[in-house]
Amino acid sequence: MNKPVNPSEPTSEDDYGPLYAARKKVYPQSVSGTFRRIKWGLMAFCLGVYYFLPFVRWNRGLGAPSQAVLIDLPNSRFYFFFIELWPQEVYYFTGLLIVAAVALFLMNSVGGRIWCGYLCPQTVWTDLFYAVERLIEGDRRERMKKDKSSDPMRLERISEIVLKHSIWLLIAWWTGGAWVLYFNDAPTLVKQLVTFQAPMIAYIWIGILTVTTYALAGYMREQVCTYMCPWPRIQAALTDEWALNVTYRYDRGEKRTSVKKAAELRALGEHAGDCVDCYQCVAVCPTGIDIRNGPQLECIQCGLCIDACDNVMAKIGRPTRLIAYDNDINIQRRQDGKAPIYRIVRARTVVYSAIITAVGGIMLYTLATRSLLDVNVLHDRNPVAVRLSDGSIRNAYTVRLLNKSGYDRVIAIDADGPVNATIHVVGVDSVTPDRPMIVIPRDATSELRLLVTAPAEVNPEKSIPVRFHVTDIGLGEAASATDNFVSP
Amino acid sequence: MTDHHGDFDSVSGRSTTGHEWDGIKELNTPLPRWWVITFYLTIVWAIGYWVVYPAWPLISGHTRGVIGYSSRADVAVELANLEKIRGDKMVALGAASLADIEKDPALLALARAKGKTVFGDNCAPCHGSGAAGAKGFPNLNDDDWLWGGTLDQIMQTIQFGARSGHAKTHEGQMLAFGKDGVLKPDEIVTAANYVRALSGLPTRKGYDAAKGEKIFAENCVACHGEAGKGNPELGAPNLTDKIWLYGSDEATLIETISNGRAGVMPAWEGRLDPATIKAMAVYVHSLGGGK
Repeated sequence: MNKPVNPSEPTSEDDYGPLYAARKKVYPQSVSGTFRRIKWGLMAFCLGVYYFLPFVRWNRGLGAPSQAVLIDLPNSRFYFFFIELWPQEVYYFTGLLIVAAVALFLMNSVGGRIWCGYLCPQTVWTDLFYAVERLIEGDRRERMKKDKSSDPMRLERISEIVLKHSIWLLIAWWTGGAWVLYFNDAPTLVKQLVTFQAPMIAYIWIGILTVTTYALAGYMREQVCTYMCPWPRIQAALTDEWALNVTYRYDRGEKRTSVKKAAELRALGEHAGDCVDCYQCVAVCPTGIDIRNGPQLECIQCGLCIDACDNVMAKIGRPTRLIAYDNDINIQRRQDGKAPIYRIVRARTVVYSAIITAVGGIMLYTLATRSLLDVNVLHDRNPVAVRLSDGSIRNAYTVRLLNKSGYDRVIAIDADGPVNATIHVVGVDSVTPDRPMIVIPRDATSELRLLVTAPAEVNPEKSIPVRFHVTDIGLGEAASATDNFVSP
Repeated sequence: MTDHHGDFDSVSGRSTTGHEWDGIKELNTPLPRWWVITFYLTIVWAIGYWVVYPAWPLISGHTRGVIGYSSRADVAVELANLEKIRGDKMVALGAASLADIEKDPALLALARAKGKTVFGDNCAPCHGSGAAGAKGFPNLNDDDWLWGGTLDQIMQTIQFGARSGHAKTHEGQMLAFGKDGVLKPDEIVTAANYVRALSGLPTRKGYDAAKGEKIFAENCVACHGEAGKGNPELGAPNLTDKIWLYGSDEATLIETISNGRAGVMPAWEGRLDPATIKAMAVYVHSLGGGK
């Protein structure tokens, strides 16, 4: 039996620490420099595309939607500028996903987690929310001070908080609003939303995206990257020894000393580290890590620590890029007194680029040669064949004609296969014998019941391939499909 | 919990239950408060549910619940809504003539869809889900029609049936020539072979064609016609074609001639509304056997 012990006094500090550490709030400091400018630029571009793309118009003719990018769920159509996709063409999205995945691989092999640092929506929106926070509540020190302050809330502070959350919510709301605009004609929907005439589902989605944006970018921030997102694990595994990652050049930085001491050492001709332990790289980090501890999971490689360090190095008159996009090979080479090498073109990047080019090429080719007239045939299974009173054999088929064009078509149907067969479409009088003609409206499908009748004596076999040809009478465009003609 | 005096876990600061397995002791950890509250809330919810909704079985029935909810009533409302949605279209279907329905792609599609569903519910037990029929039940995909295969004739058959007892039903039956003693057994065999010969099937050795023709002329032409082509007015089948409702082998024909045949098709008027019967006629006609 153990002796009762005061629970607040663990018997050994080493053994019994809490297994869970509460989050330490991160207060990234503002920074200026090359990578910050790149980030601003990419943020403006990404948000600009996301928020304004639904308002871009594209003329597709009368009756067709005139929105450049539209996901028309009720009519099962996807419009992307000059491209119009039907449900059976969703394989383009498969291609798109393949290209996206390999592009991510390529980014990783060239420059590490570029996606995480610059392009991921979580990064972009969190960055935007931080900018708002900084603008209203001040920079790192002020925010820390305000959060710690135990003073009763003054009006000024309350108005700051209210203002911050209002702007956050406004951004979040607009994010949800822009989302629904991709699924309906944007100007119409905006009008409906304002006059409360929009369908309930639109309000629900705006609500969902408002809440998620507000929560993810306003509160969860770097925790999304560290705990929720699977990409850091995957992307970290995809990087290799040649990939340029945000790296602290410890060969140059260590041993950390003060500026004064370093100068003294250098005067004596001895080696002194460039790192002056100013912690600027830590202060600006949006995930709150110390890059000098080497590559780590939490690092989204946004490069802000590079800017921060460069500013300090410039101030103390030392060469910049103590923290830089570099790789382990070069650190080793520099220590060995060799010149660093950078190799972007290598087997891995070439293969990735080739895959992207190949898949992209196939997609473009199929898109360019995409048929606007198509036919699907399904043989009736119950019964598969019917014997008629004169002994001839008849098979029935369900024929689906697809007119993907923007104009009505007159289609003639032919079938070849059984000798001396006649074809008939239920409800259609043949203009000439054995050649039914059908009108299909533009951007529509038409399902027909087609009967093929063949004399018994010339079809001794059990199953004969039969090919259905559909031809646009006006344009001569044609499509065909194969099935079988079966005897009872 | 002070029952287990001295059983105190130093790390968590909680007492233990006193249970020990291989030196591992069980902490006396209470259930989380939110869990307990949720549990009590479910009990409260359940009681409310018993009162509000139909819940408890009684000897003959069940408690109705204070709001009078019933899932059957919901179904009735849903069905009424469905009728409302389909109302215009079915009205249009009911108003159009049979021939016009087949000419109008939209009405044809509606009639075929409606007809197919109703066929599955009402006709498939006899005619099969694909209307391919069975022995004694006509295949509706072929072009041989006992009572005629035009749109109007098909509709009439569906409406009034055959030998259904309806005032306007199709009447007429194959007599039992053997059972009623009209024909002797050897005459029946001869007649069966004559009928097989009519549609080009091989006949029995030693079969007397002249005798067969005489028997046919005396007994069968009244319904099946001189050439054996049948008569849709009487539902008499064409004996010269390749389609046999009950089978074309000699034994089956002897059975047919001896005992007669009188298949029954129920009348659907009154059971199905006129628009539905129309849709069904169009559907059956479009199966391919229509004339």
